[in-house]
Amino acid sequence: MAVQALDAARLPVDWVKLVQKLALPTALFVVAYGVVPAYASGYLVEAILLPFLALSLAAVGLNLLTGYCGQLSLGSSAFMAVGAFAAYNFNLRVEGLPLAGTMILAGISAAGFGVVFGLPSLRLRGFYLAVSTLAAQFFVQWALTKFGWFSNDNPSGVISAPHLAVAGLSLDSATGRYLLSVTTVMVLTALVWRLVNSATGRNFIAVRDNETAARVIGVPVLRTKLLAFAISSFIIGIAGVLWAFTYLRTVEPAGFNLDRSFQILFIIIIGGLASIRGAFLGAAFIVVLPLFLSRLGAFLFGGLFDSGVLDMSQRIVLGALIIIFLIAEPSGLSALFDRLKRRIGSRSS
Amino acid sequence: MIGASLGAAAYERAPEISALLAGAGRVDETRAVRLSAKADAILTLSGIGISFGGVKALSDVDLEVEVGEIRAVIGPNGAGKSSLINIISGLYHADRGRIAIGGQSFSRVPASRLARLGVARTFQNLALFGGLSVRNNIACGRVHTRRASFVEHIAGLPRARSEDAGIAEKTDQIVAFLHLESVADRLVATLPYGLQKRVELARALVAEPKLLLLDEPMAGMTATEKAEMAGFVRAARDRHGVTVILIEHDIGVVMGLSDRVAVLDYGRKIADGTPAEVRADPAVIRAYLGTAEGENGEDI
Ligand SMILES: Nc1ncnc2c1ncn2[C@@H]1O[C@H](COP(=O)(O)OP(=O)(O)O)[C@@H](O)[C@H]1O
Ligand SMILES: [Mg+2]
Repeated sequence: MAVQALDAARLPVDWVKLVQKLALPTALFVVAYGVVPAYASGYLVEAILLPFLALSLAAVGLNLLTGYCGQLSLGSSAFMAVGAFAAYNFNLRVEGLPLAGTMILAGISAAGFGVVFGLPSLRLRGFYLAVSTLAAQFFVQWALTKFGWFSNDNPSGVISAPHLAVAGLSLDSATGRYLLSVTTVMVLTALVWRLVNSATGRNFIAVRDNETAARVIGVPVLRTKLLAFAISSFIIGIAGVLWAFTYLRTVEPAGFNLDRSFQILFIIIIGGLASIRGAFLGAAFIVVLPLFLSRLGAFLFGGLFDSGVLDMSQRIVLGALIIIFLIAEPSGLSALFDRLKRRIGSRSS
Repeated sequence: MIGASLGAAAYERAPEISALLAGAGRVDETRAVRLSAKADAILTLSGIGISFGGVKALSDVDLEVEVGEIRAVIGPNGAGKSSLINIISGLYHADRGRIAIGGQSFSRVPASRLARLGVARTFQNLALFGGLSVRNNIACGRVHTRRASFVEHIAGLPRARSEDAGIAEKTDQIVAFLHLESVADRLVATLPYGLQKRVELARALVAEPKLLLLDEPMAGMTATEKAEMAGFVRAARDRHGVTVILIEHDIGVVMGLSDRVAVLDYGRKIADGTPAEVRADPAVIRAYLGTAEGENGEDI
């Protein structure tokens, strides 16, 4: 009897916990698959959600490498390019390859590439490693422009998205592309979340926080670094596919330049290093910032605020924010978010 | 500038000297006898030498450590104690000499295989993983026993899960052993210094090493914390039979805790024996009374 009473007392508590735990994922699901497809305007999807999703995924990938494993990389854009061009070619040259297969093969291509350009990490650290990853950046852009084969001999190296379909269902509409993108991002993010909370993820953090201690206790440091490069590049490669196939639809190698690499790095700095949520917050910020600035600029200065001024003001604001974040809040928006949540929580209770 | 730092070093040494001469710390004279009965060497260093640029950090050092003993290595700052530990753990490569660990002989110990050789260590300056909780820091100490790949971890396959469970259990045991329960889920970087030192000991102990290298585990601690730490080191030896090499400045702690003491000075071993023998050794007294010229070491 006493046992029953105890159980009865415990049951509601467990339910509350369960509901709390499932509330956020459920809400995300409802919004992602219910609200957005039903109500979002074409503009919202095409101009905001699609770039947001692709950049978020790229940032999740880079965060794995830089935030969790501590290996600074400026090659993200190159790995996106490898993913995008690999997907284009697999789709073009392998008859009947399903879309999921194309994306996975593209990811694997980027991963292989990432491992090769991750090799310097075995000897180089920090700034020097970052500089060496620039090699990836320049090599990829050069190769994709130089060898026409990659773009099926398009004179300017431009590739166009193929017809997108899953199980015979066309995904070429804005909503279709959105669904493809959001599903890919959610699946990969879930896998990354499991990874960073596993022993492998803790090896990444160990290598980042103290490589010598990690080595001495038996973390396979070299293998761990290369694994981080591989998985990170896999994810960034698939982000490149989303960027090319669902967002831009036609891209040229120059679209994957160093600016894009910096953009993804800024996303994880602003969002918060070693935080998956930070990758999404940072990407949202980066995507929304220019829109916000152009509205604000037009409101304040009217016609004077043209695209040149917008571009310039965006750079200035971003640069200032990076510095502010690095100094005042190195853990980024994600930490701010936590603090806000705590403050609201303490007020309501 | 240099003069000032030399003066400071000599001043710091003053309490050590008086403690040494006064014979601080109770010495268990029977321990040496007990030890000689089981003279299996777990570690043998022979003719170890290493220099950095022009500085001879160690020259021609021999050391034999027997199974189950607590072996102290003492000496002034810059005497080469940390270098010795770094050579045993493969972080430095000796220019001369050989290192035999449990029957395997090396001229360069492979650091990446150290854990599997049954050697664990702590560092003079904290070397924890600041971004991990106390529990996860400790769990990392058993990483050398893991076999499951990242795919098995992501998919949550049986091997990954059973490894996690086994390691969690061992981690809990060590957490309880070192009284870390109340902070186990905190981020390690948020702990006070003394507790961080203890977490580092925990991370080394969870590997269940045969040989434990402790580089100044009590440096910067309060007297109470030191006594606690000494208790843990002794308990680790008594309960788990781990052999300990202990670098420590506090002569009282050293004399009370160790079975034998080796003394380094300017990279040479100048004495080696029971605490009582070492304390009476004229060369040791001279080294500790002699003018301080050692610079503070570049410590790992
Ligand atoms: N990595 C290193 N590079 C250059 N010199 C070093 C290095 N490690 C130790 N030394 C030098 O070797 C000598 C012994 O240092 P160390 O082993 O740290 O002494 P202890 O631990 O006894 O204080 C010192 O002169 C120190 O400056
Ligand atoms: Mg030292």
